[in-house]
Parts: sequence; structure tokens; C-alpha cells
Amino acid sequence: MRRLAIGGRIDRSQPMEFTFDGRAMTGFRGDTLASALLANGVRLVGRSFKYHRPRGILSAGPEEPNALVTLGTGGRREPNLTATTVELADGLVAESQNRWPSLKFDAQGINGLFAPFLSAGFYYKTFMGPTRRAWMFYEHFIRKAAGFGRAGEEPDPDRYDVRHLFADVAIVGSGPAGLSAALAAGEAGARVVLIEQDFALGGTLLSDPQDSESAAWLSGMLARLAGMPNVSLMTRTTAFGAYDGNVLGLVERHGSGTADPKEGQARQMLLLLRAKSIVYASGALERPLTFANNDRPGIMLASAARIYLNRFAVLTGTRVVVATDNDSAYRAAFDLATAGAEVTIADSRAEPIHDLREQARRRGVAVRTNSLIANALGRRAVRAVSLSEPGGAATVRCDLVAVSGGWSPTVHLTSHFGVKPVYREDIQTFVPGKLGAGRFVAGAVMGGLTTAGAIEQGHRAGVDASAFCGAAKAVQQPVRLELTEIDAGPDDSPLGTSLRPAPLAQLVRGGYGSPAILPELHRPRRSGETSHAKRTRGGDEEGAKLAAGKAFVDIQMDVTTQDIALAHREGYESVEHLKRYTTLGMGTDQGKTSNFYALSAMAGLRGMAVPEVGTTTFRPPYTPVAIGALAGRSIGHHYKPIRRTPMHDWHVANGAQMLEGGLWMRPWFYRTSGRDVNEAYVAEMRMVRETAGLMDISTLGKIDVQGPDAAEFLDRVYANGFARLPVGRARYGIMLRDDGIVFDDGTTTRLGERHFFMTTSTAKAADVMSRLEFLLDTAWPDLRVSVTSVTYEWAAMSVAGPNSRDILAAAFPDLDVSNEALPHMGLLEEQYRDMHLRIIRLSFSGERAYEIYVGASLGNEVWCRLMEAGAPFGLKPYGVEALGALRVEKGHIAGPEIDGRTTLDDLGLSRMVGKRSGYVGEVLERREAFSDPARPRLVGLRCFEPGKQLHAGAILFRPNESLQGHGLGRITSVTYSPALDAWVALGLLAREAAVEGAEIVAASPIIGQAVRARVVSPIFLDPKGERLRG
Amino acid sequence: MLRIECPCCGPRDHDEFRYGGDASVTRPAYDDPDFEAWYRYVFVRENPAGLHREYWQHVVGCRQWLVVERDTRSHTIASIRFARETRA
Ligand SMILES: [Zn+2]
Repeated sequence: MRRLAIGGRIDRSQPMEFTFDGRAMTGFRGDTLASALLANGVRLVGRSFKYHRPRGILSAGPEEPNALVTLGTGGRREPNLTATTVELADGLVAESQNRWPSLKFDAQGINGLFAPFLSAGFYYKTFMGPTRRAWMFYEHFIRKAAGFGRAGEEPDPDRYDVRHLFADVAIVGSGPAGLSAALAAGEAGARVVLIEQDFALGGTLLSDPQDSESAAWLSGMLARLAGMPNVSLMTRTTAFGAYDGNVLGLVERHGSGTADPKEGQARQMLLLLRAKSIVYASGALERPLTFANNDRPGIMLASAARIYLNRFAVLTGTRVVVATDNDSAYRAAFDLATAGAEVTIADSRAEPIHDLREQARRRGVAVRTNSLIANALGRRAVRAVSLSEPGGAATVRCDLVAVSGGWSPTVHLTSHFGVKPVYREDIQTFVPGKLGAGRFVAGAVMGGLTTAGAIEQGHRAGVDASAFCGAAKAVQQPVRLELTEIDAGPDDSPLGTSLRPAPLAQLVRGGYGSPAILPELHRPRRSGETSHAKRTRGGDEEGAKLAAGKAFVDIQMDVTTQDIALAHREGYESVEHLKRYTTLGMGTDQGKTSNFYALSAMAGLRGMAVPEVGTTTFRPPYTPVAIGALAGRSIGHHYKPIRRTPMHDWHVANGAQMLEGGLWMRPWFYRTSGRDVNEAYVAEMRMVRETAGLMDISTLGKIDVQGPDAAEFLDRVYANGFARLPVGRARYGIMLRDDGIVFDDGTTTRLGERHFFMTTSTAKAADVMSRLEFLLDTAWPDLRVSVTSVTYEWAAMSVAGPNSRDILAAAFPDLDVSNEALPHMGLLEEQYRDMHLRIIRLSFSGERAYEIYVGASLGNEVWCRLMEAGAPFGLKPYGVEALGALRVEKGHIAGPEIDGRTTLDDLGLSRMVGKRSGYVGEVLERREAFSDPARPRLVGLRCFEPGKQLHAGAILFRPNESLQGHGLGRITSVTYSPALDAWVALGLLAREAAVEGAEIVAASPIIGQAVRARVVSPIFLDPKGERLRG
Repeated sequence: MLRIECPCCGPRDHDEFRYGGDASVTRPAYDDPDFEAWYRYVFVRENPAGLHREYWQHVVGCRQWLVVERDTRSHTIASIRFARETRA
């Protein structure tokens, strides 16, 4: 292998230094890592997944199964990248994978050591069968032996980003079809985005020699497109998924020329492109051949050998055998010969097109027809091949085997919408199925391989896609490109049979019937060639010897023809089973080079046609996408947005330990109250019960309800009545779902005849709002009501405790807050200086308490005013932990009790509703099942074992009952009650066991504890509510 | 992702919307005491392979509830109307 002195699309004036496994090497700008490795004479680039077989570079694109490398070091370490798509950069650090201790000497490469364990179905049987336990034993060995690259463990220092794009026409692929489509769509006036995964535009044209007509056509097209302001050309960008709404997921790689991104630049960018129409010009991938030892380094796709020669000026072999079953590989053979290689074509067909033999003769290329490649000799690099020919076996020495088993259209993206590819019998391959409106295909993805055809189809697709978006300016005729050389065949398919591999099914039926000898096959043949096939039939000892060795179908996952035969024997015949049983197509390459062969092989074994066997489902991503790119900037504290209340900064400055609740940040407890939460919340509870506390309740959902029918609306929405709520009064309300389960609770205050102010729980605020809108929009559009969320508009705080009224009076000296003016459940809405205050006397804690609402921008001011005025009365802030504990003492339900499973009756709230009707959830609430005596209902529990405490989530059992199963209920909320000096809890306990005074055992299996408690009323404190009145 | 053309705001990504379930079922009148009717409304669903009328709310846009006709096989959207209009 060597780099040629001239030619190629590399810039010899810009050398690039890089290392591979620590060895310093040099390439040029314009190289891929793969081309640079080849130019440096590197054949062996990795070890295989299961068997640790030496592997080289097979392809020159994203389909590469072998040449997986790890790039970068430390936090930038990125495994499993295909060397064939990595753009060479100065300072690049690359490592081979899955080898130990070194690539050349691999301790586990002692072939077959693990082979017995690792045949097809190993994982399947181990996990699914009675041998499940054996995994424990194997795992240690297997994990060490099998695998891909190792990810970095340090944080990734780079930035990733997400962008949103819009276009009329999105074109995937920049080969002749894509470029032609872009020009036509651009001329038609559409906004065009052309997407190319490579760092160079041109697709297959890049594999033609630099001085060719196609190179001239390419540069002409690129110049024209560059002059069109409505056409944007994106290189280094992979369209990895096509999603509903014509949305394409793109990932753009940055940092060309440098190994790491520049300061401030994203390493990768996720782009969501919303296109009105899509043109798929994604081309086709060449298939390798399947024969014994077909994975040896030095065996390469014919198209790849041609790309390395013409694009990268690397001659990958000097003695070349081109093994093919179609015409397309002749191009590679001719170009390699022109570059000075000694080339032999082993054509499996009886009669290649005569013209090609003539051309071969002129170039000094030997053509052997009826010649079937059977085996590759050589271990770390191919030395020779065995050919099976009518006259017997022949061995040809070589240092490169260029293989071609036909082409598979790159249908992946076209299938992401659930459009199954369809099989075309005439060219024996899958092409895109019927695409939805606004989606078009052009070029090799349709199954044709001619450049002229691709240009024509691209042009048409560009015009159609533009018209679909309403862009219909006059478009010129396509820029034609008539290639001579071997392109000069019949009009529609100059490459003749290039896309016409013979059906494997025929071959198998015709003489290769025994699955055991499938390894001896290399490739489906055309029908009528059974005489040839019979030569290496299973019974033929010579043939078997000739083809000794593993023949790989999925090279990356180490799946051999034998594995497919085994799957068939054991009954895993459907494509989806085959895939899971053998792991075929489950590697990072997703079987791009192997799927078709596997399908044909299974079709052959089952005696079916390929379409009857079907194809597996193509799913995004087309090529692997870094998780970092998907996350973009949504990492760390940007992972999700944070909602802060207007008093947030005060809390933080005054020792609050903040707690996330949904997106909200709320004070959990204040460090001024205690060293830790347990100490602090008890102190804060005592303070509220004995003096007063101030709590930020801005996170409550707040909804303004207005309109002539507002009262009627609330009367239907709440299970308890609101129609007769007097103006200036508040009421606790509870809402049900349509199915009769409790939805949410809160309070609603009547501000005026037609005006209400609703609060909801913090957690359900959005759901309640949406539900109210739903009812008004869909169920009762006749009600004249408008609902508006005012959660952010109002700051809210609650001053609670015996001193709360004095504090309020001190803070707002002009306001009359006496019990007469502002009784329990009363409203005071007043302008106080420049502040519009809404004070509602409501209590969640059970103490005399006032909720003070004020415009958000004044929240902090009012808070500080209250703190200042309250200081002489012992006022301090308290957090959600204390609030939660205070409400447990009072038996008030909250989220843990309203858990989407409880009814009004379960929660002891039926009496609130009485005999009302016509509210949401009423009818289904009366379901028979809801009165089952085994249904749990709300109880209070009081621990009577000294020194022990109750735990939330504990399971409730009768005394002496075995602590097994789901018990009779569970503890939902728990607190230490300083007032009772006991641990108390709310729980849900089966009605039949919920007898006050009964003893119960609360078991917490996770911490191995069982505590005895007594069933009591859930209202532990002040059952008559005397503390909050007066 | 689905692109939903809100009659008020124009085409938007579906993550601006909240899904609201089947729009083909008839909600009984608020004071209808018929258990069967409520049972059917809450629990009985057709689950068609084909056109499906469903509610979507443009929560981070105009907050209107919409009735969207979507083909469950292809995610093609056949029509979008304000829910209020479909009731009128
Ligand atoms: Zn909208």
C-alpha cells in the first residue's frame, strides 16, 4: 500500500500529524482517518467483537463494520467511531479497540477459545432458558472477551448544541441525484437544504478520478449551487432519522482540521429540520461477498478500493483480485490497473458483458469467468485467495481482494416513517416503498446505478418537491453528464447486471441444500448456474477443504453463515427472531453490509422468496449519534428550567435549604431553625403552634375565574357546592376526575358576583387549568366563563400562628383585620398604599392563618414588611417540611393521599358533598366497587412503642398476622408531633380494619422494621378547630 | 414529531401541545345520571387503525383545545378545528 505522488482530493501542502495506538503518523487535509491509516501502511485496525479476529478496513463510508476506533483522551474519549468517516485532523489521537494486550498480539485471539460459548443463540439461550443461572458463571469471562470500545469516564468538557431549521425542500445526499435535485429546486425558488454526511460534496462522484468528466461536472454544479442564496449546502451532517411531520433529525459535526473544537464552538450540533418536502438521494451501499475467511485484513469492497485510489490517492494493493458477481467492480479493477496494480477479476458469472472483457484485455486485466472465490489465505493480512472454477481449484496470490456482491439501496431513512421497503425481483434488492405526500426519491436509492439516470431523476424530484411546496419558477434542463468508459451500455442500465445478484434461494435449492455447508457458499448466483454450484457441494470433500474457515455474514457482530444455519435448525426462522437469536445487524453498523445476505440466506434455507421472509424494521438513527448531541445544552442545571418565587433570593439569603418540587424551588427548612431537617421542622412546627410562622406559598396554582356563569361552572367542577358561596368568602373545594377518583383540592374565594379566585395544589396546577379549559371548550361551551392562570402574577405567603393577626395588623396598620372584619374563611381585598392586597383567612396548619396575595413584583417587599413587623411577635419563616407536618397533625389530606386511587369516601370527605348532583365524577363515583369493605379509607395512626417511629410507605397488618404480601393498607404521610410527643401518621387502611382504637402493625420491609400503632382519628389536634377561629 | 397546524397560531411541534384523548366519544350532559353513558364515555374506546378524532390543547400557545383528525397508521393529519367550533 502506498500514497501516490499525484492525484486525489487531498491537499499535500497541508500535512496532518496524528497517532494510532501511540504511533505517530502523517496524513493530509482531505484524508479520512481510514485513508490516512492505509496510506501509512496500516492494514490491521481492530479485533473482532466475539472471536478477536484481526480485522482491516472494509469500506470507505458509514457502513464500515470493522474499522472502529476510539478517538480522544480523558473526557473527550469517544469510542466506536468508524475510521472511514472520521475526518483527519491535526493532533488526532486514535486507538484501536477490543484488543489485549496489543493489536498485533492479542491474547484472546487464540481463536476458538470462547467460540463454543459464543455461537448464535448463546445469549438467547442463556437468558431465556433453564441455563439462566449459568450467566453468573460466564459473565466475567464474556465481558472481558467480547465487546466494543470503552467510553470515557470523565465529564465531557465540550459543548453540544441544538438548532431548529426550516426548509421547503430537504435533500439527503449530495451525489449526482442530490445535486441535480438541489439545482432544480433552487431554480424553482424553493428554500433548499442539502445534507451530506461527508466533509466533501459529490457522493459517488468523489470516487471518480480527479481529471474525469464527472469531476468537472461536480465542480461546475457546486459553483452554480454556491451562487444560489436560497440553497444551503450542509456537509459533515448526517440525516439520522426521519420523523412525523417531515422532520429530519440531523447531527452536524464541527471541528474540521482540529481534533477538538475551538473555544466556544459546539463539538456537535443536533439540528431539527422541518421540511415541507424531502428528496431522498441517499444512494446505495455495496455488499461484500460471503466466503471462508472473508473478514481478513486486505479484503475490501471494490468501490472502497476505488475511492481510496481516486479520492485519497492511496493504492491499497499491488496484486489485486477483484471478486465480483456484477459489472460495477470492473471500474475498480480498471482504475487499479491504470494505477499500476496487477489485477485479476474473478467473475462468478459465466458470461460478463463482452465489452467489459475487451476493455479488461486492453488494460492488462485478467478476467476469470465462472470463478467463485472460496477462501482467503493469510491471517493478519490476506496473502492469496482460493478460487473454485470449473477446471478445479486455483490459488491466486494477492495483497488486496476487492469484493462486490452487488448493491443495496440506502433505504433506511425512507423506511423510518414505517414505510416498508419493497423487493424488486428484477434487480434482486429492496427499494423504498410507497412514500407519503411530499417525499421523493432519486438516484441509486431507487435501484438504478447510472449517473445519467441519477441526474435525470434528481432533476425531476427537485422540480416535484418544489412544486409540492408551491415553488414553481421555470427550471432549466438538467446539466447532463455522459460518462464513457464502462458506463456505455444500454440506456437505462449501462452497468447491466450490476444490481442483479443471483438469488441465493436458487443456489441453496439447486445443490447447497444442507445448511451445514452454507459456509462454503459465498454469494447467491443466478439461476441456471447450478452446474457451477454443484462443484462445491457439501459432499465434495475437496470443496469442503477449499472453503474451510468461518464465513462471516455480519462481520461486526461475528455472525457466520453457520450461525444462520443454526438459527434455522433451531426454528428461529422469522427475520426478527433470526436477528435476536444471532445478534445479526445489532452492532453499531446496524448490519448495513450484512442484512441483505442474511435475508437471502434464510430465504434459501426456508425455500422461500426473499420478500416472503421480509425485512427487519429500520429505525433511527442511521448512524450512531452521541448522547451529548441529543442532550445539547440541557445538562447540569440546564437540564430543566427552574421556577423561582418572588421571594426566592430572600430564602436563600436567610438560610433556607431549597427543595425542588416539580420545577419549583421551595424552602424545605431554614438552617436557622435547626442543624438538619429533622431538628428544623419540629422547631418550625412549634413556632407556628406557639407564636407565628411565615411561609412562601407562591407556588400554589392560581386561577382567575370570571363570567356570568362562573358560579354555575364552579358548582359543576367541584364536588361540593359553590353556587351559594357568598361574595367575600372562601371555601375549601375538592375536584373529582370523570371516573370518580379525587383529582385535586384547593380553595376558591368569591371576589364578586361573577368573579372567583381559585387556588390549586402546586403539583396539579397545570392539570387543573387545562381541565377547566377542556370542560369549557368541549363540554360546556354554552357557559359564559373565562379562566386565566394567574399563578405567576401573584406572590403569596401565609402567616400562621396565634400571633398572626397581631402581625398583620402591625404590618398594615390601616387595615381592619379584626375577627369581625376578617373572620375565618373571609376575604379582605384592599389597596394598601401602592400595593393591591388580597388577604384571605385560610388555614392549612390548623392555626389562625392568613394568606396574603400581592402582585409578584411586590412579593419580596410585603414579605420583608411582615418579617419586620412580626419580629417582636416571634415571627420566623418556615418551610414545606414543617407545613407538611402541621397538616398531618390536623388530618388534612395532600398529594400522598390524593394519589389517583382514592375516592371522596376513602378520604372521609363524602359528607362535604352530601346529596348534591351534577358535578364532575358524580356518577362513576357511585360505582359498587368503591364501597368494597376491603377498600382502604383514611385513618390516623399513633405509634405507642417508645423510641420507635413510623415510616411513610409502611405496610399495615393486623397484630399477629404474618408480615407478608400487601397487607391491609399503607402509611401515606408521617410526622413527629411535638404537641402529642408521639409519632403520628395518616394512612389508608381497609375499612373492615379501620376501627378506632384497634392495634395495627406498620411494617417497613426495606429497613426491616415493624412498629405497633393504634388506629385513631386522623385529626390529631384541635378536632373542633377552635385554634383557627376567633 | 407531529406537526400540528393550530388554527390560531400556525404549524407547531407537537410538544407544544397536550394530548386530550379520544374526541369521538360523547360526554353526557353534566347532570346526566345514566351510569352506562358515563361508563362508555370514560372507558370504552374504539382504538381504530385509521382516522382518529382526538383532542389536543395548544398549551404553550393559544391554549385552545383542538379536535385533530389523525391517521393512526401514518400520523397524517386530515383536519384540525377548534373544539368549540365542532361543538357549535
Ligand atoms: Zn395555538
